[in-house]
Amino acid sequence: MQAKLNNKEIIVKDNKDVLDINQIKADFPILNQPINNHRLVYLDNAATTQKPKSVIDAQNEFYLTINANIHRGLHTLAEKATNAYEKTREHVAQFIGGVKTEEIIFTNGTTEAINMVAYTWGEKNINEGDEIVITEMEHHANLVPWVMLAKKKKALLKRIPVTPSGYLDLSNIDKIITSKTKLLAVTHMSNVLGTINPIAELAQLAHDKGAIILGDGAQAVPHLPVDVKELGVDFYAFSAHKMLGPTGVGVLYGKKELLETMPPFNMGGEMIDTVTFDNITWAELPHKFEAGTPNIAGVVAFDETLHYLEKIGMENIRQHEITLLDYALKQLTQIDGLEIQGPLEVTNRGGAISFTDPKIHPHDISTFLDSRGIAIRAGHHCAQPLMKILQKVATARASLYIYNDRNDIDALVEALKKMRKYFGV
Amino acid sequence: MSDPLDDMYREVILDHYRSPRGKKPIKKKDIESEGKNPSCGDEIEMELDMDNGKVKDVHVNCHGCAISVASGSMLAEYIKGKSLDEVKKISEVVKKMLKGEVDNLPEDLGDLDALKGVRNFPVRIKCALLAWMTLIEGVKNYEKGKNHPKASISTEDKEKE
Repeated sequence: MQAKLNNKEIIVKDNKDVLDINQIKADFPILNQPINNHRLVYLDNAATTQKPKSVIDAQNEFYLTINANIHRGLHTLAEKATNAYEKTREHVAQFIGGVKTEEIIFTNGTTEAINMVAYTWGEKNINEGDEIVITEMEHHANLVPWVMLAKKKKALLKRIPVTPSGYLDLSNIDKIITSKTKLLAVTHMSNVLGTINPIAELAQLAHDKGAIILGDGAQAVPHLPVDVKELGVDFYAFSAHKMLGPTGVGVLYGKKELLETMPPFNMGGEMIDTVTFDNITWAELPHKFEAGTPNIAGVVAFDETLHYLEKIGMENIRQHEITLLDYALKQLTQIDGLEIQGPLEVTNRGGAISFTDPKIHPHDISTFLDSRGIAIRAGHHCAQPLMKILQKVATARASLYIYNDRNDIDALVEALKKMRKYFGV
Repeated sequence: MSDPLDDMYREVILDHYRSPRGKKPIKKKDIESEGKNPSCGDEIEMELDMDNGKVKDVHVNCHGCAISVASGSMLAEYIKGKSLDEVKKISEVVKKMLKGEVDNLPEDLGDLDALKGVRNFPVRIKCALLAWMTLIEGVKNYEKGKNHPKASISTEDKEKE
C-alpha cells in the first residue's frame, strides 16, 4: 500500500493564475531589485521566505511605539505589549484549526519546538526497549533529537522507508508501528521531495497502538490549509519565517492533556509560579514552556503575517502552487539530463522541487543560476540519510511560494537549458 | 559583455573539470590521503608514489563540483616530478592564495593561476581548497614516518586548515 492522500478535489488550472501575482509581488520590496544584473527570481522558499512590507512595518511599529517586556510590567506599554503578544497566540490557535490558546507554545523555531518535546515528553515517557518511529525523509530537526533520545534511553529507533517515487512505503507499517511504539515523528511535507505525507492516516495507526504522533509542519503550514484536529496530531511544530513571518519565531502545538504532564524545558523567569530556595512550582500553560524574554516583536509581527496569509486564503495559495508546480514540472522534466527527485503528481506534493544533473554538481548549478539572478538551494538540505537513500551527495532545489509566477519558472527553465552548454558537458 | 561567472569558471578550469588529470590508479602508494567537504558533499582520494624524494606518480579521484575536480586535477598535473619540499611549498602558497592571505602566485605556475578567480566567490573557496588540504595532510602523515597511515581531512576541521 502506498500513502493515500486526503486532498480534496484539487483541480490543476491550465491557463489562469489563481492569484494576482503582480499585486502580491508589489507587497515584497526585496523582490524589486537586480541580482547580478538580472531580475531577482527568488526560488529558495523552503529555506526561508521573503517578508511583505506590512509584516516588516508591524515589527518596526512595535519597536517604535509599544516596546516593553511582557507579562511582568504594570505600566501601560507593558500591558500593550502583553496584549499584542497574546493576540498572536489566539490568532495562531485559530489559524491551525481552532485549538485552545494555551496549547500554543512560542519557540524560536521548529527545531526548538521538536527539541522541547524530546527533552520533556521524551525524557519522561521513553524508556528502555520502547520504540520511536521516524521516516527516511526527515529533516535533521526531526531526526537528530530522536536519535539522541533513543541512544540515551536505549530505545529502538525505527523508520518508515521511502519508495523510489518519493512516497512513504506503508506496506510493512504493521511491523514498524507496534505495541512497543511510543512516538511517531513524521514530516507533514518533505523539504527535499515535496511529498505530502498522509498524517491523518498515520495518526490513526499510531493511536491504534497507543502511541502519540508529532508532525513537523515547517514545510506544510506555509503552503496548505492545516487543521491539527483534523490531522489528529498530538504535537505539531512550525516556523514563522517559512510563511512570510519573522525569523526566530516558532510554534509548538501540543494537546493540553499532554503539555500539562510535561516538565518545563528551559528554567528561569516567566515559567514559574512561586520560587523559594527549596521549592519551585511551575506556571500554568503555556507560560511553563516560555522561560525568559521571548522574541516579542517577532511574535507581534507574526500576527500581521497570519492576517496577510488569510487575506489571500490558504486554499488559494495551495491552488496557486499546484498550478505553478504543474507548469514547472512539465517543463523541467523536458530538460535534457535533468532528474527530478520526488513525486511527479502535483496533488500529492508541495512546491519544493529537488533536481540533479548527472554531469553537473548541484553547487555548480546553484552558482550558475545565481549569476542569472535565480536563487535556489544546493546541498543535502539537512537530510543526509535521505540523500544516501537517493544515492545523491546533494541536490539542487527550487521551491515556490505565493509571489512566484510563470515568468520565474520560465527564467529557471531557460537558464537550466543553457547550463550544459556553458559547462561544456 | 563578458559573463562574470567566467571569472571562476575559466576555460582552463572547465578543461580540467571535463578531463581531469591523474585519474589513472597507481600501484605503489607511499602517501595516501582522503578529504571531504561536508557542506557540498565533495569527496577526494589521493595517492602519491614517491621515488628518491620526488613525486613519481599521483592518483587523484575526486567526486564533486567543477571547482573541486579542477583543483584536484591541476594539483595532480603540477606536483608530478616535484620534490617533497616543492610540493609542500606550493600547497601552502595555493592555500594562502585561496584564503586571500597572499595576492598572487609566483608567475611560473601555469594553470594554477586560474584558481585565483574562485576568490570572488567566497562560498566556493572550500571547494578549491579541498585537494590542497588533503595533500598537505597526506604529506604531514608521511613525514611522521608511520607505516602507510591514511590521512583524512574535512574542510570543516578548523585546526587542520
